[in-house]
Amino acid sequence: MAETSAAKDRSMILQKQMIANHYRQLENAPETGDPVVYTFVPGNMNELVRSFGALPVLPEINALQSGMRQKSGDYIAEAERAGHSEDVCTYVKCDIGMIKAGNISPTGTRLPKPDLLLLSYTGCYTFMKWFELLREEYDCPTVFFHVPYQGDGTIEAEHRDYMMRQLREEVIPALEKATGRRYDEDRLREYLTLSAQAEDDLVAVLQSAKNRPSPIDAYFGAVYYVGPIFSSFRGTPEGVEYYRALREEVEARVAAGQGPMTPVGQLDDEKYRLVVEGPPNWTSFREFWSMFASEGANVVASTYTKVGGTYDFGFRHDPEDPLGTLADYCGGCYTNINLPGRVDMLVDYIREYEADGFVINSVKSCNSFSAGQLMMLREVEKRAGVPGAFIESDLVDPRYFSAANIKNRLESYLQMIDARRMGASA
Amino acid sequence: MGRESIIRAAREIYDDLDFQRVRDWLSQKPGTKAVGYLPVYAPRELIHACGLLPVGIHGGGDRVEIIKGDAFYQSYICHLPRSVVELGQSGRLDMLSGMLFPSTCDVIRNLSGMWKMLYPDQYVRYIDVPQIATPEIAIPFWEGELRHLLNDLAKLSGHHPSEDELRASLGLYNEVRAALRELYELRRTRPWDVPTEELYLLMRAGESIPPEDFLAMIQSYFRAIDDEPNRPRDNSRVIVVGSFCEQPPLGLIKTIERAGCYVVDDDFLIGNRFLTEDVELSGDPLSCLAESFVRDAVATSVIYEADPHGKRSEIKDKVDAAGADGVIFAAASFCDPALLDRPMLRTGAEAHDIPCIAFKFSENSGQFQQFREQAGTFSDSIKLWGGA
Repeated sequence: MAETSAAKDRSMILQKQMIANHYRQLENAPETGDPVVYTFVPGNMNELVRSFGALPVLPEINALQSGMRQKSGDYIAEAERAGHSEDVCTYVKCDIGMIKAGNISPTGTRLPKPDLLLLSYTGCYTFMKWFELLREEYDCPTVFFHVPYQGDGTIEAEHRDYMMRQLREEVIPALEKATGRRYDEDRLREYLTLSAQAEDDLVAVLQSAKNRPSPIDAYFGAVYYVGPIFSSFRGTPEGVEYYRALREEVEARVAAGQGPMTPVGQLDDEKYRLVVEGPPNWTSFREFWSMFASEGANVVASTYTKVGGTYDFGFRHDPEDPLGTLADYCGGCYTNINLPGRVDMLVDYIREYEADGFVINSVKSCNSFSAGQLMMLREVEKRAGVPGAFIESDLVDPRYFSAANIKNRLESYLQMIDARRMGASA
Repeated sequence: MGRESIIRAAREIYDDLDFQRVRDWLSQKPGTKAVGYLPVYAPRELIHACGLLPVGIHGGGDRVEIIKGDAFYQSYICHLPRSVVELGQSGRLDMLSGMLFPSTCDVIRNLSGMWKMLYPDQYVRYIDVPQIATPEIAIPFWEGELRHLLNDLAKLSGHHPSEDELRASLGLYNEVRAALRELYELRRTRPWDVPTEELYLLMRAGESIPPEDFLAMIQSYFRAIDDEPNRPRDNSRVIVVGSFCEQPPLGLIKTIERAGCYVVDDDFLIGNRFLTEDVELSGDPLSCLAESFVRDAVATSVIYEADPHGKRSEIKDKVDAAGADGVIFAAASFCDPALLDRPMLRTGAEAHDIPCIAFKFSENSGQFQQFREQAGTFSDSIKLWGGA
């Protein structure tokens, strides 16, 4: 393991600035008059929201940031005291608790009330309830955008038409009303053009993990990489600049034969190449990552990094078909893909990225991800011929992260991979 | 037929997790098939019109030991899907040629994909109901989904129904829903004559027998309760909310009533009365069925509430309609739709000074003492201090 580098890459500095600026703009929105639209990461139509001059707020991002900053436990307790069940999604409870505690964002700035809740119903039932709950809190307009699920493994033509019609007749009029601005398709195209540029660079970054050693960690590291494109910066010049910088850095690492930077230092000696399914735990994020990195385990592909859009199978936002491309984007987000499709994706990743195995991090909060993962484990093992590990934790509830348990499981699993290797070479 | 023998017959169907009645139906009609559906809403009219037998799959309750099902689900996922998988893996559902998985929640949605992998030879369809309220957009979408499903079912059965046959099935299910409305109305007005245990068993039987037979069973029950009236008791009147998907064990329903509560409305098996008005029979059948769903679907947790005040008024409306004194929120553990809805519904109820209690159950809950104490205390407090 190489020494930990204290120097920050340019992309990291850029991202930090982008996030700080965004939260500052949000805090100032009541004075500047910038309209504010709340929406979700999967199925977020940032280009459309931005084309109306509105600022997006992504509640999941606030929740996970609160988790990383050790604030989520108190927020969840606050929501449970207000009557929310211990059984349901902790992102929702974290968000509700944050509102009840004064709606201070994870960076310490005040969050504005929404002018519109854009309920993009993409791959997650809980989204529906989440915004029904937020509507109770904010008493603001809400527009529902129904993205049909890929039950049969495809986005059917009539589903695409249904989504486009909703965009034209429901979503756009709601945005016009909330922002007081007219829909400008040329402006939307400009954002979409920038999105596609950033998406090219993101895919190059993610696919760099095919190298040995991989220059990136495609799960723990990549959640930072997908941050801008999954949230407020897809389609923006800052987003393009960020991904260009990131790509250059990663390509430089490939040229130098360097592994990824991890919490325990630079991982050049890549002992295990793994694929990961499921979201990470955020409250003990660095500890969780360190468990992998300290064993020389690097993640070369993950499904969570496709939850806000799957780009590595060829999709790019298309400025020539502005509303159609938004429909395609939403329909293709990872949790909108059926279980057989998710199994296919994992098997493909294991083969393409030459992984030694895969780990499922099953989170208590998220039935969209978690229901069916035990069957996915067996199917992927059977088809890919590599062993899988099953870990349980939660998104942002610190009560559900058992470090000793997870570490034991991971170590046993890696020993199993070793044993198989020895068996294969004997 | 007397009340006791009707309920005994219904109970036998409810208890039989080998679905012998379905198997008998299939063997009596060679060449026919049966199609299962999970909660909450599936357009069973289309299954019937194709000459197939619609069969509600509501898990194994407290009557099946989970041996294989637990290997498919983590501890923090509700009980229903593991007992459905158990039924499937133990061969108890092998008489079904297809399964429909409605868009109730992510667990049932994902089970549709699991079912595809487990039973690749079976017809499996995820039923994505429209979630938007604008009829001009929602109706064509849902009509398209219904047409797709109809074509698939017709292929499965080998019989594509004519418009008249479709209309006949719509009409038959209108009659079923009208009978259920009458049954619920009777219970509202004479809850001592329609114990919820009996109402529930009847409805469960209706999930495994042809709708024509179900109608006949309800009509017999109407006659029986007139012939054999019960004596009123000094019970409180409550509605039960949150049990629309995973079903409570029968013992829990009995416990609530024995603790001194008349259940005067509930959402058990709500899929059988999801459409609150008759489906129009004069136009294109699929278009009429689609329109009915979009305009007349019951207010429940699995459908988006477009009215910003809807959640706040929902319980008040239900309590008023039922003439109830209070609400029991009874949701299955880990049930996202019911548990995420509960704070909104409860806030609305409490704003109108409607007394509420809440608990969670599992379809295989076996201990009812805590429910008895809670419901009993609730009933006493309503009687002492008044209800809504």
